[in-house]
Amino acid sequence: MEEKTYIEDIDRSIYDIRNENDDSYRIEDGLTEEIVRQISREKNDPEWMLQLRLRSLASYRRQDIPNWGPPIDELDMDHISTYVRPNTHMANDWESVPKDIKDTFERLGIPEAERKSLAGVGAQYDSELVYHNVKKEVAEQGVIYTDLESAMHGPYEEMIRTHFMKLVPPSDHKFAALHGAVWSGGSFVYVPPHVQVSIPLQSYFRLNAKGAGQFEHTLILVDEGASLHFIEGCSAPKYNVANLHAGCVELYVGKNAKLRYSTIENWSKNMFNLNTKRAIVEEGGSMEWVSGSFGSHVSYLYPSTILNGPHADVTFTGVTFAGSGQNLDTGAKVIHNAPYTSSYLNTRSISKSGGISTFRSSVSISEKAHHSKSSVSCQSLMLDSESRSDTIPAMDIRAGEVDVGHEATIGRISNSEIFYLMSRGMSEDEAREMIVRGFAGNVSKELPMEYALEMNRLISIEMKGTMG
Amino acid sequence: MAEQFFALENLHVSAGENEIVHGVNLEVRPGEVHVIMGPNGAGKSTIGYAIMGNPEYTVNQGHILFHGEPIEELSADKRARAGIFLSFQNPAEIQGLPMNEMLHQAVEQRRGEKISVWNFNKELKSVMALLRMDTSYAKRDLNFGFSGGEKKKAEIIQMLMLKPELAILDETDSGLDVDAVRTVSEGIHAYMKDKTGSLLIITHSTRILESLKVDYTHVIVNGRLVKTGGPELVEQINQSGFESFLPDQAK
Repeated sequence: MEEKTYIEDIDRSIYDIRNENDDSYRIEDGLTEEIVRQISREKNDPEWMLQLRLRSLASYRRQDIPNWGPPIDELDMDHISTYVRPNTHMANDWESVPKDIKDTFERLGIPEAERKSLAGVGAQYDSELVYHNVKKEVAEQGVIYTDLESAMHGPYEEMIRTHFMKLVPPSDHKFAALHGAVWSGGSFVYVPPHVQVSIPLQSYFRLNAKGAGQFEHTLILVDEGASLHFIEGCSAPKYNVANLHAGCVELYVGKNAKLRYSTIENWSKNMFNLNTKRAIVEEGGSMEWVSGSFGSHVSYLYPSTILNGPHADVTFTGVTFAGSGQNLDTGAKVIHNAPYTSSYLNTRSISKSGGISTFRSSVSISEKAHHSKSSVSCQSLMLDSESRSDTIPAMDIRAGEVDVGHEATIGRISNSEIFYLMSRGMSEDEAREMIVRGFAGNVSKELPMEYALEMNRLISIEMKGTMG
Repeated sequence: MAEQFFALENLHVSAGENEIVHGVNLEVRPGEVHVIMGPNGAGKSTIGYAIMGNPEYTVNQGHILFHGEPIEELSADKRARAGIFLSFQNPAEIQGLPMNEMLHQAVEQRRGEKISVWNFNKELKSVMALLRMDTSYAKRDLNFGFSGGEKKKAEIIQMLMLKPELAILDETDSGLDVDAVRTVSEGIHAYMKDKTGSLLIITHSTRILESLKVDYTHVIVNGRLVKTGGPELVEQINQSGFESFLPDQAK
């Protein structure tokens, strides 16, 4: 008998189907002030946003390419188009989305997931959202879930202006500045005080165009005592030229509020994923990151959390899987900036077929953050001798009476584990896959079932080495 | 003439460069209980690993015959699906893989049919009750953080679920307290009850054999079977150890 059905129908092709580029508008490659002004005009920015874009561009020009991580010299901004508008307008029903785009999202299972298990969905195709919808009962609670562009022209303009790129300023690093200059698309979420959104919202980002960049911005504010689970997914078909993703996620978690932010990232392996995610958590608030990184050629991704009020806490659960040709530099960063704050980082990284996976953790405990706790655990698994795994922990502790722990292990799949499962009838491949799936179980356990299955499917694809 | 069920034919096994088992002959018929006893390092566990197909052990001469066919070229999973089972002395711990998930897939593959979660759970629950193991262990990571006794019970649970034709128990009683030995023995009785399964028990103590009807006892010393007898041999070893079987220079 062959393997079970849930790993039978593995097919990378659903991610890889490209649509012909009939974009109605594609800005010329490269980055100039005229291009930035052009994007701003296209998007009908308020004046303050145009100014932010221009300041960001100036900052971009002043900053150097980071030299401490995986090489990114293959990425040439002169050959990246920073804005590709699909040939459609944003719709709130799938029937109004053009067929080829709708089919793409159907294949990725988005409308089905929306019907079954989501409170709202945003779907971005290249630089613009093509679909945004939120369930009536959630909207009736006062929850705002919309695209940033239209929100900037409505009653939430002030809220956006005072929060947009305040947590991740353009000066933060070169690609944050790039993002500030050319950002397009993404989502704006506001959950009013004491509103509990019981089922998740999801945004899905699909980059179809060749040699293009995607720079979506996600801005989420969860007000006092409210709670939300937000899911982000991303994928792209593979091209033989570089694509760039430099998104930005800013999360504001209010007093006693709770936010869970889950990501399953599956960019194609020509993607430079230089993404910035940051959260600030006020008193008694709780932030949970669940992060699965499977795709991209090179990733720089270190979701950061500032614990800004007493008794705030953060949990980061992550898995990174680097296969052939991938150099994934991921991690998590926590700044304890108030007393009695806690952080728990639990990550797994897997490398295979020459892949490199590096995990960096950084925990800072400021003078103010007495009686804080931090626990960091990183485990790495190398599936063969050509692959590499590193963990690079950093801790900066400036307060007394803190409780800090760190453990890191790097290992290989032992032959005794494989033989044990084979003695129960698993083939060698099945045994390896089960062990790897178990190893990554810290993340899949935290995901809603559909996403856990999706993640297991991605692991199966990686284990079979059929990904391009 | 009935088909030969299981036999070792002049079996030589090495681990790395070293030959550990030097020409063992043995035949097991359906429903029989065989015991291989011997001092530490005699090659007992090596025989178990070789039968199951551990790739770290090489059969460099002779044959392992199952239903008359040599199986030494088959990988462990094929042998398992055909009906051979090894209860490990030190089962591997697998983090993140729940026992019930692994076992459900294993049982479906062994039986060659889909089994609903409902029916599987029902069966597993009754087997776990027999082994006096709390059902919460079914959802726990396979052997991960289990005590020595829990691991051994979990092995017997898997055996009862997989219903092998030949089960090899490698030092199943080692590290168990008196109650756990009794519980595990009850599990083994349940396996033998339907009289179609055979047992090959590898042990250096005799505790687990007290309540079992042993058909043959083999004494292995330095990789060779030096004596084969009936259950009375167990009694003899129980009284005077392996001394009388050791070659002169080792005494």
